[in-house]
Amino acid sequence: MKNLNTYNSGPEKDGRFGIFGGRFVAETLMPLILELDEAYQAAKADPSFDLEVGRYLKHYVGRPSPLYFAERLTPHLGGAKVYFKRDELNHTGAHKINNCIGQILLAKKMGKTRIIAETGAGQHGVATATVCALFDLPCVIYMGEVDIERQQPNVFRMKMLGAEVRAVASGSRTLKDAMNEALRDWVTNVENTYYLIGTVAGPHPYPEMVRDFQSVIGEEVKGQLKDLEGSDRLPDTLVAAVGGGSNAMGLFYPFLDDINVDLIGVEAGGKGVASGKHAASLEGGRPGILHGNRTYLLQNQDGQILDAHSISAGLDYPGIGPEHAWLHDNGRAEYVSITDEEALEAFQLCSSLEGILPALEPAHALAQVIKIAPKLPSSHIIVMNMCGRGDKDIYTVAEALGVSI
Amino acid sequence: MSDSSLRDDRLASRFDLLRRESRGGLVTFITAGDPDFARSCRIMKGLPGVGADLIELGMPFTDPMADGPSIQASALRALKGGQTMVSTLSMVEEFRTEDMETPVILMGYYNPIYAYGVARFLEDAKASGVDGLIVVDLPPEEDAELCMPALEAGVHFVRLVTPTTNASRLPTVLKNTTGFLYYVSITGITGTGTASNDEVKGALQFLRPHTDLPIAVGFGIKTPEQAADVARYADAAVVGSALVEKIAESERIGGDSVEAALMFVKDLSSGVRAARSGAKR
Repeated sequence: MKNLNTYNSGPEKDGRFGIFGGRFVAETLMPLILELDEAYQAAKADPSFDLEVGRYLKHYVGRPSPLYFAERLTPHLGGAKVYFKRDELNHTGAHKINNCIGQILLAKKMGKTRIIAETGAGQHGVATATVCALFDLPCVIYMGEVDIERQQPNVFRMKMLGAEVRAVASGSRTLKDAMNEALRDWVTNVENTYYLIGTVAGPHPYPEMVRDFQSVIGEEVKGQLKDLEGSDRLPDTLVAAVGGGSNAMGLFYPFLDDINVDLIGVEAGGKGVASGKHAASLEGGRPGILHGNRTYLLQNQDGQILDAHSISAGLDYPGIGPEHAWLHDNGRAEYVSITDEEALEAFQLCSSLEGILPALEPAHALAQVIKIAPKLPSSHIIVMNMCGRGDKDIYTVAEALGVSI
Repeated sequence: MSDSSLRDDRLASRFDLLRRESRGGLVTFITAGDPDFARSCRIMKGLPGVGADLIELGMPFTDPMADGPSIQASALRALKGGQTMVSTLSMVEEFRTEDMETPVILMGYYNPIYAYGVARFLEDAKASGVDGLIVVDLPPEEDAELCMPALEAGVHFVRLVTPTTNASRLPTVLKNTTGFLYYVSITGITGTGTASNDEVKGALQFLRPHTDLPIAVGFGIKTPEQAADVARYADAAVVGSALVEKIAESERIGGDSVEAALMFVKDLSSGVRAARSGAKR
């Protein structure tokens, strides 16, 4: 890294964050990834590209999203002051669209005529299908059969938006397998296809690029909190859910060098890390290579990838973005896990107290806030990323609560 | 590579032999442990006898992102049967008790090797009688990971060249490639489309002036006729998915998958061996 006293200058030119990241892809894809890197670096340096992204974020997505003081939850918890970054109010109901706007404009710039993407909860699939409708590009979404089953509303939404949803029947039939299938599609359709990855993982430059497009979240928080709390006030703690880690990276990145700001990433603990049925790659995994990058992975002794488990389809992935792996190892960020049960409780509390149905992903982050806030003084400011709305999850939640709807 | 290691370089000797016999070779791919360890060993041991010139032994992985359904399924069958890296290496060791000439290339993905430990893997692979490696998700940009240590340990690192490898990139790909070059004849995953003869011929014409390495061609070769067509121009034809599919098919109908696999290889070999009779290169 050029400057050893900074956390935000990564990755290196070869896509490394410490030992993590990299470009572990088949030769067929290598020229495409190099081309993408070149195109992205050029776009990044081009102020007009930035302006165009900003224009769509403002007028189409509805940014900036509010920073909301949780006025009933805060006294309920009786400790720290809790703010929600309301990214669930974005068009399409989650943070995923921030990245999709950026990448679709890049794909257009590169002259690509067909878009593919993977999706877990369906939020990234919906966001991708949305921008493809807007920019009139054919769109194929790969989604595991298990996820299709538990995210029917999003499947229907994608179809309405004109996307083709391809069910993935291989492996564990969830997000990891959808990503394998998308990579197989890309290897096959190299000429015209742009692979719009939805998280801060995959081969370089995806982790950097997706992080950059999501950093609007943290940038806004910085400005908004100063307006609300005084000119030099930074948050004390940031909390975000981590599957691949795009909403967390987007919130954390602008604060990496504000070392007094605590960063907490919340992994999905499923039925508990000790049970083996979880998606906590940092807590329960070890470094390995999958989907183009080195990162922490759930795997057995022989390097075979294990199935992840989480009630939240969006967190159900056996890996994590390489920058998170790096922030974990160097200690800049702390990573904890929250179980399905804790997330469900947080979901219900937030719904009844604040009138906000959180997606099951940020419900994990909220469960961590519920744990720590009561122990902190009222002068302590926590900002939690409410990265998605829970409407898509009502069937899953109802089932978990034994209610049939 | 030093002169002493070249003397016992099974890959170089095999391609020399093929040149002397003026024919293209047959490279067969099977997944180690498919359909189970014992039968996989018997298939491997039987391959040279039915005309396989080189053996690619797949190291099974749960997430083979460059492979089609046939090879994915074979890896899962092997893993379900308890195949590990240790048992894959012991297959090679056992094979070497009977065959000291046929080159064996391990093919797969990096994570199982990384989990085993690169240094320990190279030492054990070399000791077992492995001649080379093809690791799909290690492009030249990641050579420091395994390629350089492998070459230092005297294990060949065979690289894939694809239709997307253009003239400006080719030198990067060729730089640390040894043993032979594997031309992936289609953009796609294993066992799907098949390249036309003209496409294969064109690719070889493009590659030959840049390298003295033998060139094997694979991906999408399914029949003895197709193998023969490729072996007419290339130094070897690789058959993987179609062979693995014979094993799966035989398992489905309760047949003898060892015999089914070896009979198919015999047909492939007849095709390859007849390819250049009358049509000298």
